[in-house]
Amino acid sequence: MLRRLSISTMHSVRFAAKFEFLDEIREFVGEIARTGGFGDKDVYNIQLATDEAASNIIEHAYEGVSDGVLDLSCGVEKEAIRIVLIDYGEPFDPSAIPMPDLKADLSDRKIGGLGIFLMRKLMDEVHYEPRDDKSNVLTMIKRKR
Amino acid sequence: MEITVQEFKHCDMITVKGRVDSSTAPQLAQALEAANDGGKYKLVVNMADLEYMSSAGFRALLAAQRNCKRYNRGEVVLASVPDRIREALELAGFTELFKTFDDSLTAVGHF
Repeated sequence: MLRRLSISTMHSVRFAAKFEFLDEIREFVGEIARTGGFGDKDVYNIQLATDEAASNIIEHAYEGVSDGVLDLSCGVEKEAIRIVLIDYGEPFDPSAIPMPDLKADLSDRKIGGLGIFLMRKLMDEVHYEPRDDKSNVLTMIKRKR
Repeated sequence: MEITVQEFKHCDMITVKGRVDSSTAPQLAQALEAANDGGKYKLVVNMADLEYMSSAGFRALLAAQRNCKRYNRGEVVLASVPDRIREALELAGFTELFKTFDDSLTAVGHF
């Protein structure tokens, strides 16, 4: 029942997997989050997490690919927003990326992994699933406080 | 995103307006590198009119901080950081790497 409800309230858009569409991607999830009753701070953080997820897909899953697409779905159930990003590039498991050492000093601070770290910190759940049909499905959930 | 550079006697102020993401962060990185190339290593990044910054922007700031602090020749400080951006920087552990000031003139006065 819950599953059927969640599908019916999802909105989907296909984007070209290019950095120049990040603005539109943030607008899309921001509007749905706002309409769904999330406050300014949560809306910002939902936009940031989605940006980081999309940026990783564009940069890593579609590395060297110029015509990749990104299917973005988003919807608010009663108490949570669900964001699903599907790509058709190289599998890129966020959980395989080591966490950055946030205590490292300037010279030892690693550049990578920050986006994924933020996604996990900002959202309540982050799931990644490479599928047999060559699609990779990243699902993020954030609940209302 | 819009970047303006203002020269002061003891530092340069780089004012970033709008939104910094993976699409626009290279421009911010370029502006910071251009300052370094011009021999300027004491930099204030004024964020008063910054609406948004993703980790792509954080990485540009980190690279500039490394370059500026080398040989103790200077540093990057942040001014007027909006709340949402400050929270994300804190989450990423970046607030320990940058001095932050409530307004740009205090930041300029730091040098």
